[in-house]
Amino acid sequence: MEKLLKKKNNIQLDQFRELGLLLFIIIISIMVQIRNPSFLTGENINDLLKNTAILSILSVGMMLVLVTRGIDLSIAANMAFSGMLASIIVRDFPQIHPVLIMLIGISAGTLSGFINGLLISKGKILPIIATLGMMYVLRGSTFLISKGQWVSAYQFTDGFKKMATGTNWGINNLILIAVAVYALAYYFINHTRTGRRIYATGSNPDSAKISGINTDRMVILVYSIMGMLSGLTGVLWMARFASAQSDSAMGYEMNVIAACVLGGVSMSGGSGKVGGILLGSLLFGILNNTLPLINVSPFWQNAIQGAVILLAVIANVLAKRGMTKRNLNRRDR
Amino acid sequence: MKKIITMTMVLLVLATGFLSASGQQPAADEGKKKFAIVFKNTGNPYGEKEMAGYKIAIEEMGYEVILKAPAQPTVDGQIAIIEELIAQRVDAIAMVANDVDALNMALAKAMKQGIKVLSLDSAVSAAGRLVHINQADPELIGRVQIQAIKEMINGEGQIAVLSATSQATNQNAWIEWMIEELKEPEYSKMELVKVAYGDDLRDKSVSEMEALLKNYPNLKGVIAPTTVGIAAAGLVIEEKGLKGQVHLTGLGLPSEMASYIESGICEWMYLWNPIDVGYLAGYAAMALVDGSITGAVGETFEAGRLGKKEIIADGNGTQIMLGAPFKFEASNIAEWKTVY
Amino acid sequence: MIKNTNKLSFLLKWEWMLVALLILINIMNASLSPYYLEYNNMMSAIMAFLDRSFMVLPMAIIIIMGDIDISVASTVALSSVMMGVSVQNGVPMTVAILICMATATLCGFINGLIVTKFKELSAAIVTISTMILYRGIAYIILEDQAASGFPLWFSILGWGDIGTIPLILIVFIAFSVIFWLILHKTTAGRQILAIGQNNTASIYSGINVDKMRLFAFTAAGFMAGITALFLTSKMASTRPNIAIGYELEVIAMVVLGGVSTSGGKGKIHSVILAIFVIGLLKYGLGIINIHSQIVTIIIGLLLIFSTLLPSIGQRVMSKLKIIRQMNL
Repeated sequence: MEKLLKKKNNIQLDQFRELGLLLFIIIISIMVQIRNPSFLTGENINDLLKNTAILSILSVGMMLVLVTRGIDLSIAANMAFSGMLASIIVRDFPQIHPVLIMLIGISAGTLSGFINGLLISKGKILPIIATLGMMYVLRGSTFLISKGQWVSAYQFTDGFKKMATGTNWGINNLILIAVAVYALAYYFINHTRTGRRIYATGSNPDSAKISGINTDRMVILVYSIMGMLSGLTGVLWMARFASAQSDSAMGYEMNVIAACVLGGVSMSGGSGKVGGILLGSLLFGILNNTLPLINVSPFWQNAIQGAVILLAVIANVLAKRGMTKRNLNRRDR
Repeated sequence: MKKIITMTMVLLVLATGFLSASGQQPAADEGKKKFAIVFKNTGNPYGEKEMAGYKIAIEEMGYEVILKAPAQPTVDGQIAIIEELIAQRVDAIAMVANDVDALNMALAKAMKQGIKVLSLDSAVSAAGRLVHINQADPELIGRVQIQAIKEMINGEGQIAVLSATSQATNQNAWIEWMIEELKEPEYSKMELVKVAYGDDLRDKSVSEMEALLKNYPNLKGVIAPTTVGIAAAGLVIEEKGLKGQVHLTGLGLPSEMASYIESGICEWMYLWNPIDVGYLAGYAAMALVDGSITGAVGETFEAGRLGKKEIIADGNGTQIMLGAPFKFEASNIAEWKTVY
Repeated sequence: MIKNTNKLSFLLKWEWMLVALLILINIMNASLSPYYLEYNNMMSAIMAFLDRSFMVLPMAIIIIMGDIDISVASTVALSSVMMGVSVQNGVPMTVAILICMATATLCGFINGLIVTKFKELSAAIVTISTMILYRGIAYIILEDQAASGFPLWFSILGWGDIGTIPLILIVFIAFSVIFWLILHKTTAGRQILAIGQNNTASIYSGINVDKMRLFAFTAAGFMAGITALFLTSKMASTRPNIAIGYELEVIAMVVLGGVSTSGGKGKIHSVILAIFVIGLLKYGLGIINIHSQIVTIIIGLLLIFSTLLPSIGQRVMSKLKIIRQMNL
């Protein structure tokens, strides 16, 4: 009975949190719309989604990593590495088909993620350390393979740039790819056995092991997925901005973690929903997109972002407490 | 017990480091003179070219060259490098500074040891250097960009600036001169509506540029005096099909901007040759070391293929001017895009 | 036989690994560069990396308790900026130093307060938010400006010597001793280790966990203030973007020092060894002009392999145990 109540409670809380986020997004949107009528135009929404696509794709991977009680600090370095690798191939062998090049980038990213997973599961290194070390190694390696040079707009083929800037059915490819990733993630998490096993591994590793789940394999899997998405977004990043430099996406991992946190993913593992991180990434994207739109001084942007994240997580806790209390009262009666 | 053993070992190791140190005096290799250059950070092609130019100059005269840059563009990274160079007893250090004032203490220490210090491109303040190599007059760079955008938009309409970080000393100096130039009567119909900062990050520069276009639908021209910013601005104009409606100029790398100049999105832009900046710094460093100049106003020296150069005043300090910025346009971009 | 394995496990102890590593690095550096072993060079090397090492000490305690503080570098920036702005507005330097320390301590205290009042939140989330927030406030205060105009005597902190020993080294030794005593010789230290080993059990055994965590985060803020003093003094000016990325360097040093991030294990002297391992390695590579990006790779690999070794060692040990049991 108590367990059932708790479960019901959790569902309520998730809904509450997502509703809260949605409400927050709507309020911000209305406020911005009043200040600047060009906010809710088709063009701006398109720009907003396009600029949030990469962040939201990465959030999916980061959520899975966080669900298994891990963290991945190497994703931005991984993006730079795989993206740079792909860009160099485009520059030196422009005749190769862009999709093939993207696959090479994805494989490079997946390999780095796989190594992370291996170090964490088999090597018993803590995720924060393994991925921090990996971050250093990948950043340095990106510089080495690029020899300090950038790959510039004119060295990219049109086909390669089109992967991120082109449109299908009137919608930008980046947005389409993000939608596809989310659809796949939703199916994977809610409707496959492996997806559920990942959550089981996170919420209680010991009992997961006892119930026959190969937790090591799950950990390797999530970091490989994270790596794969980093590779994918790395290539898209270079194609999107038509330029590859070894310090691309520096510090982006913090944005992704922040988006997940806003989306209600717990860092103590076991919980996190696709809908939540979608809203979290959107909110983060809106903050980035709208602050320049309503002429907020660039010097205020960091502080506002930090304060919003802090308030969001605290509000979340307060809501949770309030709900538990209410339920307890109800039970007393 | 084990703890005591550990602690003594710790102390012992530290002691070996310190004590064995004081006794030994390695024979300083008197042979080759060593010239170092320190750039802002690694992985910046502009900086790689500046260092390459310095290297060419030093090696022309048969000396040893040391090229260094911290992994991140920070002051403390550069201070650590200066310490390492002092330890190696280099003869000269050429700095491309991450901050005007913050390196002064470290550079003063170097100069006290007899090392000749000069700055190039991004200056250190007069107290921290003997002479500065200026790639081009900031006044000229600021004014010429306003003149360019005026010509592009026929002297009428709103313009905006998309800069690097809000702290960038070079960019801020240029923007001040831009504002100064705009006060002339011939610009009465032009209005600078906003200075936006893209922090030299791709994603941020793109969203700042998009915000500019949305906030100012009548925007006619954008000046981006930074390599990442101008390329990002070109990208956004191309993507939104605003070629001809929004004009773009500024300072950019020919390789980064080639495709936008060829397509006419950016009719022309400016930059000096970073190889020449480094090359001139190399010759200035050698002249300082062999004593033919001391960094005082009026002194002259031979700067290899750049010919004779003179030291002129610059506020409290002195500087050497490379020359006017170079104009890149459709007719010459093809030959430069592979160079830098 | 049993004695033998014990000996082996003693040798596998983390301190000894670090000692060996440090000796190795010293030998390598000395043989590669004729300048390395000079007293003055060694001292300036130490001055170069010690400023951020102050934060390593409280960070070790925080990580031992199973928490983490990612906001320390932003705290450095905010407190340094507060100090710079004060001086620029005519506040006497001594008062400005107090403002710097008060700001830093307050930042740490706020972290501690949020972490203890909202136990549902992990320290990582809280300090990621305050990391963005604190540096953001520094940006609001100084915008694109640098604050300078510090009196000349202030530069003694970063550059001065007492005798021939850098002042920063003396201060660092003093703090090291204090933190060593706290963790290894006091009840509070035993409680910290107990909290790290088992949070719930330590609550039941009457340890005031909240108080200890609040103390640790406040201490981290305080030490970030000390770092801000030395760093600002070294540069004689400050900007909102100073000390960027220090948090990861600090965490790397703590972890290399054998502090278990799952909590409950760690020794201050190992952590101090780790500071010197990373610092001297970087300096040695710098003095022979190894490219800074390759240095980055080496530090990354060092981090991975040094943490990988104990788990490999453990595996070897347990294999040995099995073999021994089979022999019996």
